[in-house]
Amino acid sequence: MDVNTKFELKLGMATREAFGRTLVELGREDPNICAVDADLSKSTMTHFFAKEFPDRFVSCGIAEANMVGVAAGLAASGKIPFAASFSCFVINKGFEQLRVAVAYPHANVKIVGTHSGISIGEDGPSQMSIEETGLACSLPGFVVLAPADEVATAALVRAAAKHVGPVFIRTGRLKVPIVYSPDQKFEIGKAIQLIDGRDVTIVANGLMVAEAIRAQAMLASEGVSARVLDMHTVKPLDFAAIRRAAEETGAIVVAEEHLVDAGLGVRVAQAVAETRPCPMEFVGLTGYAESGSPDGLLDKYGLRAVNIAAAVRKVLERKR
Amino acid sequence: MTRTQLVPELAQISKGIRRHIIQMLTAAKSGHPGGSLSAVEILVTLYWDVMRHDPANPGWPDRDRFILSKGHAAPVLYTVLAEWGYTPLETLNTLRQLGSIYQGHPDRRFIPVLEASAGSLGEGLSIAMGMGLAARWDRRPTRVYCLLGDGEIQEGQIWEAAMFGTFHKVDNVLAIVDYNRIQLDGFIKDIMEIEPLLPKWRSFGWHAIEVDGHDIAALQRAFAEAAEVKGKPTVLIAHTIKGKGVSFMENNPKYHGVAPTKDEMELALKELA
Repeated sequence: MDVNTKFELKLGMATREAFGRTLVELGREDPNICAVDADLSKSTMTHFFAKEFPDRFVSCGIAEANMVGVAAGLAASGKIPFAASFSCFVINKGFEQLRVAVAYPHANVKIVGTHSGISIGEDGPSQMSIEETGLACSLPGFVVLAPADEVATAALVRAAAKHVGPVFIRTGRLKVPIVYSPDQKFEIGKAIQLIDGRDVTIVANGLMVAEAIRAQAMLASEGVSARVLDMHTVKPLDFAAIRRAAEETGAIVVAEEHLVDAGLGVRVAQAVAETRPCPMEFVGLTGYAESGSPDGLLDKYGLRAVNIAAAVRKVLERKR
Repeated sequence: MTRTQLVPELAQISKGIRRHIIQMLTAAKSGHPGGSLSAVEILVTLYWDVMRHDPANPGWPDRDRFILSKGHAAPVLYTVLAEWGYTPLETLNTLRQLGSIYQGHPDRRFIPVLEASAGSLGEGLSIAMGMGLAARWDRRPTRVYCLLGDGEIQEGQIWEAAMFGTFHKVDNVLAIVDYNRIQLDGFIKDIMEIEPLLPKWRSFGWHAIEVDGHDIAALQRAFAEAAEVKGKPTVLIAHTIKGKGVSFMENNPKYHGVAPTKDEMELALKELA
């Protein structure tokens, strides 16, 4: 839907591609950066890195558990491994290893999940990761990031490389609108307020940030003033930004391309409960989706600006 | 502690390690004696003769590394580390107690000189592979030793790592299977047979050596042979006896995961005098 916002929202590259290209730059800057992959380098975009640094690219075959363990061993030897696969495969098949070999000893391993959410499209639900943010957040010591566009991805992949400790970065297959200007600064754990507002706050991450911006414009035309926060860091969560949002706008809608039971929404709700309780609504998935075109899926499963706007109207009813 | 290649000295050290294991498990009132006792000569031969390590400089980047993938055998590793001065000897008997660095399974948060945390079976060999690769990239002489349980290799991840080691020619990794033939629920052959073991590893492309895991001279020869193997990883199939050194524990599935009583400790220490 065309909506008039100050954001151009020009279509950019997929966040997985931004990851793959940034990893090459990091490889040039730091000889300790390396990549491990499980037969998906053409999809995770680590093939850029493999081409330029074949000696620092480790092909693991279709064996995610071993891949995570190998990454832990590399990290224990001073390397900074980026282990990439589809989100659903690396988090689910590697979860036990993420727990014991990575989270438990606080290994300096970076996990990059691509093909997150339902916007992968035609391949269908077995490949659509809708649970992994909850799983990643459940691991003590993990930083969990979900960038909105190519600018955010590049910055957060760099931040992840600098951060000492385990990080999970959630990226997507689909080309997504560019939200940020190239010089935007990002800090792990610090939400970005894209638009200020008085009546309600929309907290979003990933490709839902662009939808939140569109929803804000739609709501503005109805006389509703919505604040938009990009919560690119799901863990550690920016409690201060959420407290301010609850205090100053008194109502919050969370929008994510993830299962609402286990993602950003429940974490924001915890922060709201602990700081300044206020009415909340949640836009996200409630179950497994199906095959189809990415756009058709986002429409059918309610991950659009119209769905966010509807949730805002509902939360405003409850706020009264 | 000083290094030695002399078999009688290594045998004497092994006996002392066994006494510590019995005492600390009795004090803890829980834990895994059988699989700790079966691995004693393997660890003693490694730490006193084979491995390059320096307690004064535990972070030495060129050191050899030891990963206890069968993490439940923590008492044998704790005793070895304590004997070498990496950790305090006098608190070994706080094993498994609140506040102790000697956790039920190896935990790097409490003992940072451990090369890996463990306790969930099947994970150590993958970590060893990552370390082996990193050492090769950095042109370090490091060798990585990874002790696996025999029951542990029922885990699929072991075979993912086995394929990986051959494909990437990780010849600085050496796996040792502590083949004591008993797992928690009983004898391996009755729970999930792992034979034919040598052909299995060989078919995965590994250099496989069979050795008596309590024969120190044979272990020394096997480690020396492994060091010469280039282009592929090596596995030692170490035939051992669960509960080795304590007559009533030997080959008895009960002592996989049951600590000795005080009376049993007295009996055991007499046998290990």
